[in-house]
Amino acid sequence: MEEKKLMKGNEAFAEAAIRGGCHLYFGYPITPQNEIPEYMSRELSKHGGSFVQAESELAAVNMAYGGALTGHNVFLSSSSPGIALMQEGISFMCSAEIPVVMLNISRGGPGVGGIQPGQADYRQATKGGGNGDYHVPVFAPASVQESVDLIYDAIPIAERYRNPVMILADGMLGQMMEPVTLPEHRAVRSEAELLAEKPWALNGHGDKRERMVIQSLHLKPEELEAHNMHLEEKYQSMRKELPKYQIKNCKDAEIVFVAFGTMSRIVNEAIDQLKTEGITAGLIRPITLWPFPEAAFDEIDPSTKVVISTELAIGQMMEDVKSAVAGRFPVELIYRTGGMVPTPMEVARRAKQILEAIR
Amino acid sequence: MATHKYFFAGFGGQGILMLGQIMAYAAMIEGKEVTFLPSYGPEMRGGTANCTVIVSDGPISCPIIDQATCLVAMNQPSLVKFESLVSPGGHIFLNTSLIEQDVARGDVIVHPIPATDLARDIGEERAANIVMLGAIHKMVGGVKRESLEMALKKVLPESKAHLLALNLTALDAWKQK
Amino acid sequence: MKTVFEYTRGMRPVTTTYCPGCTHGIAHRLVMEVLVEKGLLGDTIGVSPIGCSILSHDYMNVDMCESAHGRAPAVASGIRRALPNKTVFTYQGDGDLASIGAGEIIHAAHRGELFTTIFINNAIYGMTGGQMAPTTLIGQKSTTGVDGRKKEISGMPLRISELLATIDGAVFVERVALNTPANVRKAKKAIEKAFTVQQMGLGFGLVEVLSTCPTNWGLSPVDSMTWLEENMIPYYPLGNFRCPEEVK
Repeated sequence: MEEKKLMKGNEAFAEAAIRGGCHLYFGYPITPQNEIPEYMSRELSKHGGSFVQAESELAAVNMAYGGALTGHNVFLSSSSPGIALMQEGISFMCSAEIPVVMLNISRGGPGVGGIQPGQADYRQATKGGGNGDYHVPVFAPASVQESVDLIYDAIPIAERYRNPVMILADGMLGQMMEPVTLPEHRAVRSEAELLAEKPWALNGHGDKRERMVIQSLHLKPEELEAHNMHLEEKYQSMRKELPKYQIKNCKDAEIVFVAFGTMSRIVNEAIDQLKTEGITAGLIRPITLWPFPEAAFDEIDPSTKVVISTELAIGQMMEDVKSAVAGRFPVELIYRTGGMVPTPMEVARRAKQILEAIR
Repeated sequence: MATHKYFFAGFGGQGILMLGQIMAYAAMIEGKEVTFLPSYGPEMRGGTANCTVIVSDGPISCPIIDQATCLVAMNQPSLVKFESLVSPGGHIFLNTSLIEQDVARGDVIVHPIPATDLARDIGEERAANIVMLGAIHKMVGGVKRESLEMALKKVLPESKAHLLALNLTALDAWKQK
Repeated sequence: MKTVFEYTRGMRPVTTTYCPGCTHGIAHRLVMEVLVEKGLLGDTIGVSPIGCSILSHDYMNVDMCESAHGRAPAVASGIRRALPNKTVFTYQGDGDLASIGAGEIIHAAHRGELFTTIFINNAIYGMTGGQMAPTTLIGQKSTTGVDGRKKEISGMPLRISELLATIDGAVFVERVALNTPANVRKAKKAIEKAFTVQQMGLGFGLVEVLSTCPTNWGLSPVDSMTWLEENMIPYYPLGNFRCPEEVK
């Protein structure tokens, strides 16, 4: 085990991707994730990898598709408006079944918005910003260490399902520094090992086999429907296998907060503050945003008065919370938006007001 | 469980983020839990800069603070803007070389440190941040002196390694009267 | 008996679905013959973006991937970075390359990416049904310009080879046509050189191929050849725009 290092989030994320085996990176400058392409431009060549500063996020995502269809692991990063531009490629890769791992260091929107932390890409990430029936697993880390671990683990998950996987972090996680323990470098696979593991990857037929095609165009509707049903089977497996969440004293809680990423850390402290005022509160922290961890909501004590979706967005996750709660408890919302981040005190005060109104 | 919540503020170019990073490194070296949260924005130079460093013996849930136990104001606007952030009984370190105004509150411990002047005296005005760090160490503690030295070595890039001696001098430049 | 002609193994033995008189078939064949003759067929990956030629992967006997509209140069850049020892090409139409993919082709050329682009210019959108392209000629009718292209509304047709020849990384740029046997032979020569440039690692290469679209032009295959010669070649002059010393 390596010693702990104090690392800036963005640099730790880039290093995690390299150690996980992503030696191809394509990116475009956008705040607040610029340290990632900068880090990759310095470090990737040391691992025999390749860094390209693309002309746009649109080009970057398509370069990623090109790199990944050869069986090599590719890492992509951007921030909200850049991720919006990448939607074409994300939908395409889901259809063509090409695995990549991408990271959104999200900021306030809509439009160009601002550069301070936001979670308003929740819907874009979980409901698909691109066209068609597809899903992308979305992991939401709450610390630099957890981001590192989730990026590292996302690489084999993307490979296993042959599907893009997204890590949804935010500007605060990207910019802050925390001690991290970095994972080991994954063993580098030879070209032959890669092709044995990924028989679908294009490498030239070498006059030894039939030519292969990677495609997303299916002009015959019956063919496309069959393809989509095949994809849906994968999504069903993901729904069973991927949900991940953390739960904190939900047993006798009057209030159960639901919060992910940065916001969950603020809520954690708000819970401590509420406790000093005699109010017991718990937290459900979804780690996967898609698939949404609905099972977590079965653990809420029947005596709970209210479930509060707590977001840096205006009720985007609340839609999924309501669906998971399924009418069992009232669902309320606490939010800040546009890059504003509430303090724990602010969350505690609002939660108290909500509770009093319900009592 | 001891938790220090430092808030460092000044203008861009004063080494505010570096100050926070050294503190964070030093704490990590001692095996403490730590978070370093910088403000970030489009101003590369000359704008305002601030960062929050939390050092604790136990896990830190939230990197954002409601209240600081210690405010370090390297220029006047920082004092005006962040004075109210300090918890009652907390500390305010003032860079009196650049701040003429007094602290209005009576419920905090004020440490006037002429950091920029002292740094100029040792030949490098830009080391004012390290002079201040030395003063914080002497008055508040939090981390050991040798941890700060090790952290300095970590944070200084290779190209600036020759500045280590100067920085160590800066660390001792302010002496308690 | 001496064999004077045979079906290239670079093409799969299937019937294409291209319209009668379309020159895609000739262009496909030229590219594949070059790859066979260079011994590269088994080491090549092609990229076919949206357009009639997205189906070229059904016909070309190489590993191929589709790409979104216009993005083939970005996809090819990614492939080439992952597989530095393979041969990569894109086969793009004029709507794809000169319009929606103008950014991608310029920047692939600008980075000097080591792949070859076959650019089929037939001055119209084929797959979507005869809409105006950036390359549509003044006065030429299209389904989005039924009275013919007007300069005041749509500007002058875009000359891609001339544009790309100003970019340092585009070390080989040539415009050819498929309207006569002699021009077809010249086209093959140019394609051969463009792949040589890639093999030698000299930079990005593009061959613009003036082609016909009898269906959307509303002309017979023979009249289309004449129309190409009389209308396209005067505006899009044939010839080499850039060629490195090594392959001259």
